[in-house]
Order: sequence, then C-alpha cells, then structure tokens
Amino acid sequence: MEAPEKKQKLVIIGNGMAPGRALEHLFELAPDAYDVTIFNAEPRVNYDRIMLSPVLSGEKAFEEIIIHGDGWYIKHGIMLYKGHKVVNIDRVAKTVTSDAGTTEPYDKLLIATGSLPFILPVPGNNLPGVLTYRDLDDVRAMLLAAQSRAKAIVIGGGLLGLEAAAGLKSRDMDVTVLHVMPTLMERQLDPAAGYLLEKAVEARGIKVLTKASTKEIIGEKKVEGVLLADGTVLPADLVVMAVGIRPSGSLAKEAGLECNRGIVTDAGMRTSDPDIFAIGECAEVGGQCYGLVAPLYEMARVVAAQLAGNSEAAFVHSETPTKLKVTGINLFSVGDLGEGDDRQEIVLRDASAGVYKRLVLKDDRIIGTVLYGETSDGAWFHDLTKKRTDISEMRETLIFGQSYQGGSPLDPMAAVAALPDDAEICGCNGICKGKITGAITGKGLTSLDDVRAHTKASASCGSCTGLVEQLLSLTLGDSYNPSAVTPMCSCTDLGHDDVRRLIKAKSLKSIPAVMQELEWKTSCGCAKCRPALNYYLVSDWPDEYADDYQSRFINERVHANIQKDGTYSVVPRMWGGMTSSKELRAIADVVDKFEIPAVKVTGGQRIDMLGIKKEDLPAVWADLGKAGFVSGQAYAKGLRTVKTCVGTDWCRFGTQDSTGLGIRIEKFMWGSWTPAKLKMAVSGCPRNCAEATCKDIGIICVDSGFEIHFAGAAGLDIKGTEVLGLVHTEDEALEHVVALAQMYREQGRYLERIYKWAKRVGLDEIRRQIMGDADKRKGYFDRFVFSQKFAQVDPWSERVSGVDKHEFQPMATIAYQQAAE
Amino acid sequence: MNDWIEIGALNDIPRRGARCVMTPQGKIAVFRTMEDQVFAIDDHCPHKGGPLSQGIVHGASVTCPLHNWVISFETGKALGADEGSVKTIAIKRDGERIFALLERTAVAAE
Repeated sequence: MEAPEKKQKLVIIGNGMAPGRALEHLFELAPDAYDVTIFNAEPRVNYDRIMLSPVLSGEKAFEEIIIHGDGWYIKHGIMLYKGHKVVNIDRVAKTVTSDAGTTEPYDKLLIATGSLPFILPVPGNNLPGVLTYRDLDDVRAMLLAAQSRAKAIVIGGGLLGLEAAAGLKSRDMDVTVLHVMPTLMERQLDPAAGYLLEKAVEARGIKVLTKASTKEIIGEKKVEGVLLADGTVLPADLVVMAVGIRPSGSLAKEAGLECNRGIVTDAGMRTSDPDIFAIGECAEVGGQCYGLVAPLYEMARVVAAQLAGNSEAAFVHSETPTKLKVTGINLFSVGDLGEGDDRQEIVLRDASAGVYKRLVLKDDRIIGTVLYGETSDGAWFHDLTKKRTDISEMRETLIFGQSYQGGSPLDPMAAVAALPDDAEICGCNGICKGKITGAITGKGLTSLDDVRAHTKASASCGSCTGLVEQLLSLTLGDSYNPSAVTPMCSCTDLGHDDVRRLIKAKSLKSIPAVMQELEWKTSCGCAKCRPALNYYLVSDWPDEYADDYQSRFINERVHANIQKDGTYSVVPRMWGGMTSSKELRAIADVVDKFEIPAVKVTGGQRIDMLGIKKEDLPAVWADLGKAGFVSGQAYAKGLRTVKTCVGTDWCRFGTQDSTGLGIRIEKFMWGSWTPAKLKMAVSGCPRNCAEATCKDIGIICVDSGFEIHFAGAAGLDIKGTEVLGLVHTEDEALEHVVALAQMYREQGRYLERIYKWAKRVGLDEIRRQIMGDADKRKGYFDRFVFSQKFAQVDPWSERVSGVDKHEFQPMATIAYQQAAE
Repeated sequence: MNDWIEIGALNDIPRRGARCVMTPQGKIAVFRTMEDQVFAIDDHCPHKGGPLSQGIVHGASVTCPLHNWVISFETGKALGADEGSVKTIAIKRDGERIFALLERTAVAAE
C-alpha cells in the first residue's frame, strides 16, 4: 500500500451522475490512489437527475433522489466545493480556479460539465418566466410558477418536454405542448406510436400542437404568450423550453482541448491532454455525444478503470432503450425504426387495449422495437437484437412476446426465468440477469434495496423494478418478501407514504377515487384504511373534500368516547385548563339532570362526565352548549388539550403569560385533525409545572422568550421532548408551533404520533424547515390557517341543531312492554 | 313462531352504516352496505359485548368499536383469527321497506 503522501490529486469539475458513478468504481478498484476534490456549480450533493420528473409531479421528494449524501463525501475524504463554478483550467501549472477564487492543483483532471439546455434563438427567449428543464433549480422555479395554476406552454414534445408537461399538469396548470414535428418523440417513436402517445397525453388534459414552430416569445416585462410561425398567439404565464441539450464544452475549449460537438476523447475517455479526461454529456467519444444514463455510466466505468491504471479499458457504443417516465404511459423504443426495401416489419395493434407493437426486421433479425401500452417484452426483444438472434423459427408468434415461444406458459415469472444470464435487466446501469442473481445468492441479499445497493440494478429510473423483484422471488423462493414497505392494510400493497403522495399527485379527492385509482383489493376498504384515507383527504383537500362520517371511528362520529359498557363519556373544552363558577355550575346541573354516574378530572386539565347513554348525548350537549361549552374533542385524532400553568398571572417564578399563550394556541388550533392525537402544554418557567417536556408539542417560557419543544411521549412509550428552538415573542411562538403541527399533518402516517414521525423524518430536517426556512414555515402556517376555516365548527352544536340525528335514536322499537329501553 | 315485522325504510340507514332496533329479544343492529344490501345481527359482540352497530362497516362485515373484532353479517361469525359468533336475523325487503323475521309471540303480547 502506498503511503498517503504519495497519493495523486484528482480534481473533478462537475458533480452529476457520471462522475459520482466513476468515483464509486474508482474507490472499489483503487481506494487509496487519489485525493479527490470536486467542484460543483450546483450548490448541492449528487442526485439522480433522471428522477426530477417524479419530483416535479410530486411523486417523489428531493431527499429521495439523492445518490450521495454529505456523509458519503466525508467518508471518502472528498473535498466538495458546492456552488463553485470553475472558470479556468491552467494546463501548464496543472491547476483549476473557481469563480469564488479557489485554486486547486491536479495530477489528473476529470471534466464532467454535462450539458446546457438548448435555447431557441427567438426574440423574447430571455424574458422572465422562460425556463429550461435541467436541474433542481429549474424544477423549483416551475413549482413556484405552478402555484399560480395558470397557463404553461412547454416547447418540445420529446422525453423531457412531455415529462415536464405531465408534471406541470399534475400541479394543476393549464398545459400546452408545442412540437415542431408532426408527431411526438419522432426520434424514438414511429408515427403510429407517436399518435397513440399524443392521444394519451391529451387524455390527461394536456393540449398538444404538432407542426407548431415558435417564432417569438411575447411579453413586456415577463412572458405573456408565444407567437407561432402561422400567426397564432397562445397566451402563457410560463414557458418551458425542452428542445434539446448541447454538450457544455466551453471551459475545455478555452483550455485548448480538442472539441467538436463535445469534448473529444479516445475510447479510454482521455482528451487531447493525456492528464485530462472527460465523461458524461459533455464528452464526445467515437464521434458521438450521449444523453441517456446507460452510456454515461459506461463512460464512468471506463474512466475509473483508466484512472486505476488499466489502460486497456475502452468505451463501446450500444443502443439504449428509451422509456418515458410519466405514470400510466408505457412506452419502450430502441434501435433503428426506419423503413426500407431491405426491411420487414411485424405490427400488432389492439385499439381497445391501447396497445401497439412494432418490430423492424432485417435479414431475419430484429433491428428496432417500439412497444406502446404493453412493454413487458421490451427487454427480451432488445436482447434478441443485441445477440443478433435469427428469429425465422419463431417469426409467426414473435410479436406476442417471449411467453408465447416454445410452448412455455403465459406467466411473467416463467418469462423472467427463461431469460438467459446475460440478458440485460437494468438498461440504465447495464446490469444483466446473471449479475443480479449472482449477487443475490453470493451476498445473501434479501430485498430490493439490497440489490440496488450491491448491483445498482433498478437504482436509477426504476422502470426495471418489477423485473428485479421477480428475480428476487425466483432466486429466493418464498423467503422473499417483496413489500419493503408495510402496506396500510390488507386492502392494498401500498404503504401510507405512497398513498399520501399519490393522493396529492393524482388529485384524488374522495375515498372511492383513491380506491379505484390505487387499485384497492376490497370494494370498500376496512376499518384500518378507511379512517386513514378519510384523514389524508381531510388534511390534503380541506376545502373540497366532504368528510366521510361512515369512515370515522365511533368516537369521532358521535363526539364522545365510547366506554366498555357501550355508554359514552363527554369532555367539554376548558381553554388552557381555566374554568369558572358558571361553567362548573352548568356541569353540575347536567350531571344531576342526566344522572351521570361518574365525574372525573382528566390529566389534560378538564372535566370528564362518564357513563352517558348514547340517546342522551344531544340533550347533554344542548345544556352544555347553553353555558358556552364546546366539545373538548377528547376523542379526536386531532388537537386535544393545551395544558398550562398559572404563569406570570400568579406564580412568583413565572417568566411569561403561559396561561394566556396556552389559551391563545388552543383557540387558534382547536378543531384541527391530525394523524394521531395531539396534546400540548405551556409551562411558565423551566420548573415546568405543565409538564410540557413530555407532550407532542410543548413550550417552556424563559426570560428571553419561548423554548419550543416537540416529540415527547408519556404513554406506551416514555420520552422527553426534543428542542425545536428558541423564539422571542408570543406571535413567533404561535407561528412556529402551528407550522410544526401542519408539517406533521401533511407528512404523518395515520395513528403515528409526532415523536414517531419525527424519528422517521429526522429532527434536523424538521428544525431546518421550521426554524431555518422562513418561507417554508410561512407556507405551513398559511395552509393550517386555510384548513381551519373548514375545521372550526363545533360538532356538538351541529348535532344539537339536528345533523345526523338518526345516529342517536333507534330506527324502530318493536312495541312490547318488556322491550322498552 | 316467527313473523316478518316492518322495522323501517332503506333510507333510514346510512350507506356503510347501521341503526338499532329494540326488540323483546334485545337490541339488534341493522346494517346497510355500500351496495344497499341490508343485514341484521345482535348488537352484541361475542368478545366483550361491544355495540356492533357503532362499528365501521366494510364489505359485508363490521369492525367492533371496542377491540376491533370483525364480524361477518352473512354468518354472524368472527372473521380472521378470532372465534365467536352472534345471532343473525333474517331480513327481507319490499322496495324501500325493510322487514325482519322476529318472534311472533313477542308481537302478540302487545
């Protein structure tokens, strides 16, 4: 092993997927060969750029698409300059310099500057509101624009353009796609498949204009519309250009490296300077530039081998299948789809099922494949192409796919089992079946995540996940449990988080809509999923969703707590635990009138009347209501109570008006539904008489302000709270507490208390969003306030006024003396 | 001897909900499913006597509000791992009107 001081210095310009992958290979091959420094123009770590579309559509969060978190760089001793753009390469001194003035020397330099979106050279292309679709900043800008729910125009009907359009549509924008060619994705699809794709895109409510040539982007201070060559003017508040990319090679060119369309390299990814390599979208190898991830990963493999000393490693061109990542649209295309005298084709159309398949043949071999609607045989057809298999024997049934060949059964499992070991499973990463099954048995892998971690298969775009799971079950048999996530209940295979995400992403606004779209396995759910779905819908669409009472637990339906004998207990709200003689007198009268057998003071500083007959509930509420009481919601998966101490009003140690703040919080937040019950407290000094440090959310008043605590527990689990942070005014305390509660409302799984949620998403992340990001906090706060408009209706007075009266009376009494109850 | 006695109308019961009927033999719970089928069983969970009429209705079954036993309307039997059953009461419908097969002696006693 070499001594550390002999390590060479490797500097990388760019921190995208290609150099990230190259480093992984390099650390495997030669872990101690280099000291690595990375300059990244984007101010963040390496993430999976091909998953930006799911982030745009809301199906994934940014955190889920990070490939290398900060810890990875630390672990490998990498110096990562985030937000540093390299402005100069000095090949004589062998240094690079960033715009922030940092200069680093190198022994080997790797250029991975990627590509730039192509901007149409038309007037108005620099107006505010014209965006491209390339990185996370673009996605964030689009999401911001989408909040206006106004009109968006996407220029470009290729992969990126269609994914952007679908994403914006799922964010409720009015979207039009302009495409200059007669059919969509004409480079990858033939006209028939392009037509089907256009219909499918339009069926989602996205307008498509083909043969639409953009002449000008119009607007005074910002985008107002697009002028087409035929004179049509289309109004727009947002224009996204997705018309292609060009390799980003200007830095290399200025340094005098040989550049053509991209930075020219040999098959070993070496540029015209032997100490400088280039990979990724900026590189041109064998006269070609690449944009899909599979060849970029191949470049990464080659350059890592070269850097580790293997001068034989060489890049080999291969065709990569195209897939569109728009939920619900399945297409697969690879190879040469052109027509010609020396070619034949096999076409299968099934209009009612929306299926179109076409194979282009030459000399009894498949040279091109387009599949639309039904794409499961894509890997098999592609494999036949790569191996140049003579298909004349199976030509009659070829188009029906692999399961029709050789009499094997029509079972997708059998189809995967029949694949040869060198059949490609993961196109993005070039992983074949044998490598996956080998890793499963060799390394004892048992889950999809294991396979992703060890082989990278299904770790990029994810479209081969089904195949990988089939390989897992084939290899492991019954011991493989495919559901890494625990399903909500036996009515679905989806976990709570998937369901929550899909409710938003697909704008599902009723329980039947959720069950239909997410393919529930039962006709109307069960007692586990229905209350959960009802909460998610109430939480996500407070103004539009009609609360489904039949999906609420009995306590929330009758606004009282069912007891073991079928009677109920009633707890009126006592704001901040304060009461009065008038209130106490009203309670005493109710207890006498209805002969309520038990009265108890609760742990949340209120009074509980136990043993009330269901039929009496409306009359009990009516009497309590006359004294000014509302329901204490002691039954709710929602805000219960805010416990307080007497604070500066009375206490000689009190530092703030804890009672007043507690009452203010309770009056602000009552009526809100949360994933599980939410109990709060405000203590006037660190002596903590309100026991705020074991609550879901607690506040400890101190001289300098208000210390906000959260994620405590004093039930099945006992756990002290965590500190969220210190704020100085009562107003700030309220805003932070409300924002925290809203974040929990939006992310929590049904019945998941705040401490479990916090453990799952991470305390730092919660602090970052609530304490560190004022815009985020304001957003949460505003959404909470909006939903309260619909939530703060006292259920007791509603019932007294006659809503759901039937709940409390028998439908019939079969008249008969002994039957009277 | 049993007889068909009218106990109410379909629209008295919410879909995926229940109403109670007091009878000389005790309280019965009458359920209406999503598909407007109507069933009646004793309002008394075989586990600890919970009021089944207060449970969440799903498919042709109800989950008891006390300890989450699931009772089938068709058989009166507990589903899943739990064992026990409640009495089912025959129901017939004439359009909107609902009849239950109840003991005649009780009615005659009126």
